[in-house]
Amino acid sequence: MIEVDGVTKYYGPFPAIKDVSFRVEKGEIVGFLGPNGAGKTTTMKILTCFHPPTFGKAKVAGFDVVEDSLEVRKRVGYLPETVPLYTDQTVRSYLNFIAEVRGLDRSQRKKRVGEVMEECGLEEVREKLIGKLSKGYRQRVGIAQALIHKPEVLILDEPTIGLDPRQIIEIRHLIRGLAGERTVIVSTHILPEVSMVCNRALIINQGRIVAADTPENLTARLQKGMRIHIQVRDSDPREVQRVLESTEGVSRAYVDKEISQGVHRYVVESSDRTDIRGKLARKVVERGWDLLELHSVEMSLEDIFLQLVTEEPVETETLS
Amino acid sequence: MRWVAIYKKELRSYFASPLAYVIAFVFIAIVGVWWFFWDFQRFVIISMQAAQNPYYAEALNVNEIVIRNLFGNLALVMLFGLPLLTMRLFAEEKKTGTYELLFTLPLRDWETLLGKFLACWTVFLLMLLLTAVYPVTMALLTNPEPIPILVGYLGITLLGGAFISFGIFISSLTENQIIAAFGTYGLLLVLLAMGWSSSFVGPSVAEVLKDLNIFNHLQSFLKGVIDTRDVVFYVLFSYFFLFLTLRSLESRRWRG
Repeated sequence: MIEVDGVTKYYGPFPAIKDVSFRVEKGEIVGFLGPNGAGKTTTMKILTCFHPPTFGKAKVAGFDVVEDSLEVRKRVGYLPETVPLYTDQTVRSYLNFIAEVRGLDRSQRKKRVGEVMEECGLEEVREKLIGKLSKGYRQRVGIAQALIHKPEVLILDEPTIGLDPRQIIEIRHLIRGLAGERTVIVSTHILPEVSMVCNRALIINQGRIVAADTPENLTARLQKGMRIHIQVRDSDPREVQRVLESTEGVSRAYVDKEISQGVHRYVVESSDRTDIRGKLARKVVERGWDLLELHSVEMSLEDIFLQLVTEEPVETETLS
Repeated sequence: MRWVAIYKKELRSYFASPLAYVIAFVFIAIVGVWWFFWDFQRFVIISMQAAQNPYYAEALNVNEIVIRNLFGNLALVMLFGLPLLTMRLFAEEKKTGTYELLFTLPLRDWETLLGKFLACWTVFLLMLLLTAVYPVTMALLTNPEPIPILVGYLGITLLGGAFISFGIFISSLTENQIIAAFGTYGLLLVLLAMGWSSSFVGPSVAEVLKDLNIFNHLQSFLKGVIDTRDVVFYVLFSYFFLFLTLRSLESRRWRG
């Protein structure tokens, strides 16, 4: 549905994105993930035909964004980062205007405006001026605007930003509900959102795609070793640390924190994916220490994200 | 016909904000007060003199003394009023972010521009319609010739179109409405001043300066004459700036 081939976009002398290529199949919900300024918005602006790419080709629904820009624009619903609203109009007249530009005739317009207002929960504010609406409602008007012509492709730039938790859940639910019939690209810098909403994540950093896979696969693939938390009652944490470190297959062990008097939590990292939990347990018990807890910790998407977008290996303390 | 949607939206915006009403009111008020207390009174005084002196009576012409000045005043008030109507057309969209929406909707640039231009022109024509109250009042009291009045209105309509296309162009260059309005005033005044300075330069340059002066071309209309050259001047002037606006809108493709 969406094909991006080696797209580069320069703003002045600086490339905002460099040689970006990816593909999105019909019915997929793809999360676009990256820190601020990574090039998410630029990529979206290219796909919605606001900017043409400097180099490379991008196609949406089989149409080139430069040569068949109008055809692409007909098929795309777009919510930009700053929600584009005419604050001097009512919700209904604004949506009606969008529907008219989208080429819906009078009766269709009336029907669709009613439908999207219901879908996005805008019925109670239909005759209110947009300028008088709260942030949450404005965001919903923005989404309603993008949905009105039942677009094949929906591009949402940070749709949940600035909303309260309840509204965020509603919006995510709404996006999930679109899966299957529409192709959706959602950009975000909130990681759990990707695992909750998307089938696939594209991680972009400094203008390049650094990873693309399902959230589960990304977690599995990038988790090189294992991480294990152990709680031990002991007298000397340094001795425990030494023993843990000397265990076969352990790359690193350190004291995480003191849980209570004489009880410490240790983090043990292994270099490969062999299971070392049994060995660790035996070592601790052999020395006569009380083993209170032992479990492996999955690396979250957050850790992977940080690993990918930071040059230096991430300080382990920030991860646990 | 998608431009119609833009046209309707712009009209709604104009009438939703108090600005259009304020401009219309000031427009009518200034023109009315100025005209009534200045030109109409003068006409009354001349008429009274004429009653005693038949020599004056021959020179007495309502169209020439009163109506012509009405249009002259109108043109000057337009110079200050119209930039306030055009300033928001693109600058506001840029400021609020709707610019991005506008150019990702399935609209060609010229469709957007046409809708905006015609909406602004429509609002202007509605204001102009209100000023018809003055010639109508005149017609009740004296008997002016109707044709020169209509020709005068035609000239004013064309001049309005030229101002508007110029104002839209300036508005497309900035996201600040105040800069858009002042830029439009300033540059229109330069065009006016170019006409004045024509008496200080050599004859050939003077001709060019006179022709460039956007107000000079109104004179024939005010005399009740439709001169093709002047019609063509206004149409080309409007077309030229609408063309430049399209280029300015296109610049988003290569600028950051």
